[in-house]
Amino acid sequence: MPADFLDTERRSEKALGFWVYLMSDAIIFALVFATYVVLSHNYAGGPTAHDLFDLRRTFGETMLLLFSSATFGFATLAMLEGNRARLLVWLVLTVVLGAGFVALEIGEFLGMIEAGASPERSAFLSAFFTLVGLHGLHVSVGLVWIIVLMGQLLIKGITPPVASRLFRLGLFWHFLDIIWIGIFSVVYLPGVL
Amino acid sequence: MAPGLRTYLTGFTLALILTAIPFGLVAFEILPRTPALLTIAGLAIVQVLVHLRYFLHLDLKHTPRENLFALLFAAFLIFILVGGSLWIMFDLHHRMM
Repeated sequence: MPADFLDTERRSEKALGFWVYLMSDAIIFALVFATYVVLSHNYAGGPTAHDLFDLRRTFGETMLLLFSSATFGFATLAMLEGNRARLLVWLVLTVVLGAGFVALEIGEFLGMIEAGASPERSAFLSAFFTLVGLHGLHVSVGLVWIIVLMGQLLIKGITPPVASRLFRLGLFWHFLDIIWIGIFSVVYLPGVL
Repeated sequence: MAPGLRTYLTGFTLALILTAIPFGLVAFEILPRTPALLTIAGLAIVQVLVHLRYFLHLDLKHTPRENLFALLFAAFLIFILVGGSLWIMFDLHHRMM
């Protein structure tokens, strides 16, 4: 596996095309963030952010996602060295961490709904579930993508097309961690303050 | 900036610190509301830059121009769309009070 795949990759149309898609996704997220900010205090007499948010859970989710970005980075390094076995190990770890994140988030959502803090209870909650849920959905799709790529790695090995897909998946995965920085900075931390 | 073990470890360590500080600020109620919010915002921006450089390997020397332009243009659009929307909504809010 040539380490210069990155040189050609950087100039490849596929990477730029995916990057432009990510920029459009960033704009969509930014507008959902703005919607949340506008509605963040519209509690309709129901539960508030301070009532609902648990910083320990949020910190746990943050660590899971941050560690998963690191493990994906190590996976990328293994791919550049052509080491398929190590690459697969790091991808498995990334999936485990990402699935942990999704599990914590689903648990959080279910707990809130059970306590009466469902999306339709107030504008604040509608905006919260939309923003955080949209991000969680992206992470879930990313997990599927990683698993599918692992299958392709097992069957085809680290071919240039597979390496190219892994590169774009990396862009996607790190992008999601960046969005999460926004989420804990705009939703959870101010909500608890 | 090409990926290397040091790149990911540096980015990871910086991100950890930039995460621990805002969480600590809020959890231990160290600052009053407005300074805390400003600090959280500032640290978030820095951490995004850390992610862009150390995880996404974006830098001014090696990243293709088109990618940087796409990022800058998206940031520009976001500034106008989000800034403008927030301006309108908060102005409306004040007029209806």
